[in-house]
Amino acid sequence: MIETELRRCVAAFHPGATGVTGAAKLSGGASQETWTFDIVHPDGNVGAILRRAPPGYGAAPGRAAGLDAEATLMQLAHDAGLPSPKVMHVLRPEDGLGRGFIMARVEGETIARKILRDEEYATARPMLARQLGRVIAGIHGLPQAKLPKLRSLTATKEIEDLSREYHSFNWPRPVFELALRWLRDHDPGPSSEVTLVHGDFRHGNLIIGPDGVRAVLDWELAHTGDPMEDLGWICVNSWRFGEIDKPVGGFGSREDLFAGYEEAGRKADPDRVMFWEVMGTLRWGVMCCGMMQRFRLGPDHSMERAMIGRRASETEIDLLRLLAPRGK
Amino acid sequence: MQDEPTPTELIKAVADFLRNEIAPAIKGHNSFKLRVGINALDLVTRQLALAEAGDATEAARLKALLDTDGTLMELNRALSEKIASGEVDLKTPGLSEHLWQTTMDKLAVDQPNYVSYKRELGK
Repeated sequence: MIETELRRCVAAFHPGATGVTGAAKLSGGASQETWTFDIVHPDGNVGAILRRAPPGYGAAPGRAAGLDAEATLMQLAHDAGLPSPKVMHVLRPEDGLGRGFIMARVEGETIARKILRDEEYATARPMLARQLGRVIAGIHGLPQAKLPKLRSLTATKEIEDLSREYHSFNWPRPVFELALRWLRDHDPGPSSEVTLVHGDFRHGNLIIGPDGVRAVLDWELAHTGDPMEDLGWICVNSWRFGEIDKPVGGFGSREDLFAGYEEAGRKADPDRVMFWEVMGTLRWGVMCCGMMQRFRLGPDHSMERAMIGRRASETEIDLLRLLAPRGK
Repeated sequence: MQDEPTPTELIKAVADFLRNEIAPAIKGHNSFKLRVGINALDLVTRQLALAEAGDATEAARLKALLDTDGTLMELNRALSEKIASGEVDLKTPGLSEHLWQTTMDKLAVDQPNYVSYKRELGK
């Protein structure tokens, strides 16, 4: 069992630890495994999370930052005072646990429907957009010199990547073509400022408590590029979970998000953010189609994958609402 | 000619059984998976009920828009190419209405509870 390896590993980096308990695999990302467990210590147990590449599962090639880079970024964010779990240990070959790292477990909620509906988060909701604006600004301001090696992305490159992936499915979607054409016609060109971009800043990757945001997770898609990409991605309708009139994650306004961003000394560019929102909507649509492809071709013949393929049409209606809005 | 009950009646009976008798007894991750499965069966019954009429009107719109004939797949490919090349755009009479109607017909099958769809239905 994994607890045997964890026990040996924990003893090496956590002085006084006498063992581990309660190891359980959490559902989560497809290309990476996440485990929760407690480090047993005479002074009290410590909650921990193991994030590792499961045996035989390559990360998404080209896109993934890699687990070592993720660990570095989380630690940088933690050191900068951003809500980010402390990295306790980066796995070594002799740990026998594969590649990855162990971090402190942050208690809270990641499930959007609970964050948006439960009474427990009622006071947090109205302040989240502004708070997240400040957090994204902090991420964009992390020192460039300390960043690990990351892929760089521009709007032009992302449009071509999405176009290539969509066309590889060989299934015509006039609305996606309309979006691609719009993106090409409205490509704002390279950003005047290139920063670290989290790349997947949205519900599911944010731990929220009654007091607000507690941790930013999942740096798998981190890269360098246009900082407005993160602001656009969190506004994509797919992350509003039905609260469609609150563009930021279904809990807040763009104005609050931008205000928080600017409080932290950075400048938001609403036009670029809107461009990236369109891009993000198309990106999620293409990802839904990709799930369907993997369902059909791959070993993971799951209903969930198949049904996500039928959510691509959600992004089509959202793209039409953005690009060809109808009157009342 | 195949006999009764129809595919729709059979699938609906299975979905109702899973929903009413099995789902309350299942816990944990399997309960989530069962719900996805029931949603899939419900989607299939909606498609069986709606797709034929939707496809026919979509094909008629595409033929008028493109002034050509072909299968639904061929017509959608042709429209996609014309949008990509810029030959057809949102200023082209009928394009916006066509894309909206086609998308609304897809959502009626795929996700009739999607809030964007419900909002647009009221327009």
